[in-house]
Amino acid sequence: MVGIFSPSLITDWLVPGRNLFLTIHVLGVACFFYIVAKRLVPLRRAERDLRFDHPLTRLGNVLKFWLGQWKHPRYKFAGTLHILIFAGFILLATRAFTVLIVGVSPNFVMPGLSGKTGHIYDIITDYAATVVFLCMIVAAVRRLVFKPARYAVPAKYGRGHTADAVFLLGLIALLMVADSLFAASNSAGHSRHGESVEALAVLSLPWMLKMVIGSMPMASLWGLNVGAYLLHELTFYFLLCYRPFGIQFHVETSLFSVYFAKLERGTLKPVRWGVPDEHLDQVKSFGVKKFEDFTWKHMLDFYSCADCGRCADNCPANAAGRPLAPRFLTIKARDYVFQHYPVLGRPQEGKPLIGTIYSEDEIWSCTTCGACEEECPLLVEYIDKIVDLRRGMIDDGNVPQSLQKPLKALESRGNPYGKMEKKKADWAKSAEFQQTCSVKILERNRSAENSAGNPPDTLYFVDSITSYDDRMQSIARSTSRILTHLGENFAILGAAEKDSGHEVRRFGEELLFQALRDHNTEAIKESGVERIVTADPHAYNALKHDYKDMPPVEHISQVIAREVKSGNIQFDGVKNEDNVYTYHDPCYLGRHNQICDEPRSVLDAIPGLKRVEMKRSRDRSFCCGGGGLMLFYEPKEEQRMGVLRVRMAAEAGANVIVTACPFCMVNIEDAIKVAGLEGKMSAIDLTELVDQCISRESIPEKQETVMVGG
Amino acid sequence: MEILVCARRVPDTSENEIELNAAANDIERDDLVYSVNEPDNYAVEEALQIRDRVGGNVTVVTIGGEDDEEILRRELAMGANQAVLVSDDAFAESDGKGIATILKSFVQKGHYDLILTGVQADDGAAQVGGMLAAMLDYPFASLVNAIAVEDGKLKVSREIEGGNREINQIDLPCVLSIQTGINEPRYVGMRGIRQVASVSIPTLGASDLGVDQSAVGQAAAKVSRIDYFVPALSKGAEMLHGSREANADRVLELVAAKGGLK
Repeated sequence: MVGIFSPSLITDWLVPGRNLFLTIHVLGVACFFYIVAKRLVPLRRAERDLRFDHPLTRLGNVLKFWLGQWKHPRYKFAGTLHILIFAGFILLATRAFTVLIVGVSPNFVMPGLSGKTGHIYDIITDYAATVVFLCMIVAAVRRLVFKPARYAVPAKYGRGHTADAVFLLGLIALLMVADSLFAASNSAGHSRHGESVEALAVLSLPWMLKMVIGSMPMASLWGLNVGAYLLHELTFYFLLCYRPFGIQFHVETSLFSVYFAKLERGTLKPVRWGVPDEHLDQVKSFGVKKFEDFTWKHMLDFYSCADCGRCADNCPANAAGRPLAPRFLTIKARDYVFQHYPVLGRPQEGKPLIGTIYSEDEIWSCTTCGACEEECPLLVEYIDKIVDLRRGMIDDGNVPQSLQKPLKALESRGNPYGKMEKKKADWAKSAEFQQTCSVKILERNRSAENSAGNPPDTLYFVDSITSYDDRMQSIARSTSRILTHLGENFAILGAAEKDSGHEVRRFGEELLFQALRDHNTEAIKESGVERIVTADPHAYNALKHDYKDMPPVEHISQVIAREVKSGNIQFDGVKNEDNVYTYHDPCYLGRHNQICDEPRSVLDAIPGLKRVEMKRSRDRSFCCGGGGLMLFYEPKEEQRMGVLRVRMAAEAGANVIVTACPFCMVNIEDAIKVAGLEGKMSAIDLTELVDQCISRESIPEKQETVMVGG
Repeated sequence: MEILVCARRVPDTSENEIELNAAANDIERDDLVYSVNEPDNYAVEEALQIRDRVGGNVTVVTIGGEDDEEILRRELAMGANQAVLVSDDAFAESDGKGIATILKSFVQKGHYDLILTGVQADDGAAQVGGMLAAMLDYPFASLVNAIAVEDGKLKVSREIEGGNREINQIDLPCVLSIQTGINEPRYVGMRGIRQVASVSIPTLGASDLGVDQSAVGQAAAKVSRIDYFVPALSKGAEMLHGSREANADRVLELVAAKGGLK
């Protein structure tokens, strides 16, 4: 890389080249650090966020998601393009620094890159620059000609981002050209002097440029060399200082975003990091109301978003035409922070976020399905932000009327329907059901007398909807029959069981959730059970992640899968062999808890059952419309998420949708009617299907069961 | 503006299964959950909004026993400045006129520009507001679904038959009975209630208010409940069978026949 006419030797310029380049370096770097310091101002005013634990896990995340670009191939074309560009940048970083330093110190060689190694590195980076350059062309063509739908900006969110994107692509392409031209003119100059030069990489951009300029007169080569260097220098620093003004800032921030990313799935951030539940009364304001109520990590997310649109592309709320797109949650916050924390001038006091940049409906529209977070290559968090914004609205009393009634009922009756506690176990009391199955009911403080001599070791946590809803009670009965078939000594809490509070928490009513949690925790501890089974993924997630010190918790699909494997559950054939089944992953089973294989293995064990996969399945499953309080919320939408989902099942060729969640059942059965597919399509819960197909001949001996997970 | 809202605690119809007791003279009150009477809650919200626009104080009063304090805390959590419990054994079993008499004494103890009641209680007769106004010799407007403050007077909108509105001007001080839907009451969460848990709520009895005890309570009541019954369920829904289009046409016909469409 050392030039015969290294630019630093220019002496016929107004100032000696070395000084010019040194000045540009100092100015560029100073400018960059000044801008970054300004960008960090809001982060210093932000709420706490404790993200300094588990350094090895975090480093592992950096290797996997940052260096390894783990999520990118989920979008094959754009992902590959990004991996190439990213790899190019990583490879070119050293070369870029070397070129910059050469301007000041002409004989500089990066330590470790002298001799043969250096030559190999040059060859590799010649190709890297070429690949990056070509990627810029392809990316620009995609943006300008093919215009993938997910990059579009609906009018309500302001002007399109294409011009910005193409401008940045152009800058990077220019940088690559400048770099290559500098290398090419260097090489050409050396050759002209008859010196032995190491060959440029064949067919690379520098190689091709050398072919073009090789025959130029020496003076022109000299001019080109200096010009290319100056162009490289200016483009490099312009890009460096321009990046913090837009999506390209992720080049700098993504490493930190990924390192500090949330580690535990299915969980929610506390109201305030570092404030234990019992001290929450002293917290003046809950949730996020003004921008500075976000944590520093969440602000960092706003900087890191690369505007790739994958979150919104996967968001069911966005697909259903609700006024929410995760992408714009971030973009609007970034616009806000750029406006209120300008690079030049003082920070400005802002207005509350709700009613200015965010609307109430936007924030209530989220089902917390997690599709956005699953997709984001930069691990940007959305659910915690949404919940924090809801906490703020709840704190201000700003709650839709449709949600106030169920919340009040949860407070006074422990369930959103306002049903009497004493009727919670009615589903287990019908004579017809009791003939097939008898369910022990532990009322509070009566556990001892009820089950004297044979205390239950397993608790079946039913939760509100499965207890009270006529249709969903069938899931409770099937679950009980399966547990009975397995010879489990199980019981339910009956009137002592309150709603798990899963959605109460996710709708931002933290203290009501805590009251429900504390009540259930006490009831479960009093019952003395050693494990908990539930057929409701929302209850499962709550007990597993929101509650503390619980006995091991399993979803019924895990129990069934294990018992099928061990031979304790055997199936007669499926009733109607013409049916084509498809399994719909409930968000809180699949995406949030990664239980995707178990339910499928159960279905595949039923003789004669034909199963197809929907295009969107497993961690890309499409939310049915949301559970818990979401059933009460009246969203503004063009169509129901459930209808979209039912159409996906039809498209896959299925006529029976199997799910493993009572809320999915509500939404999908409704959607089948709304979509006009009644009679052509049906929905069934995994427990109901197992209950139908289980071979009653094979009553297993009760054996010591080994828990998986928990 | 000094605003008084008269509120009541009632069994919440959405969270209870109302059944008759064995004697069939009242509902079964074990295992009931209570909340603030819904129109009263709208009245409190309206009072808070008026206060936030023009300044002043909002006081919430209820007549009852210790248990009724629960709704006063809820209204304090909503943002009322103060709450008063009016409680005396002598008030038990008062009829509507008795309740209005007690409230009149309470009103005369203070200085209120505006007195709001809910349009009626879930288990009430929509009579107290009007009686109270008459006893105080204040003007009264019922079924109010919008209020605008205009120097020394109010412009109020009243709901009349068919969802039409009538706009009245009314002098202050006055009594208004508030219709649901006038606003969107704010949510009161667990946190709000906990924050007012230690606020003291004064309790006033008959002697504090100077209520003539012979004019209130069971003895003075000229209206008393003699029976209570739940009407037998009628036949239920008419099921429509047929194609979707035919059913849609039939539904339109039925709704039009019942006056639901014009």
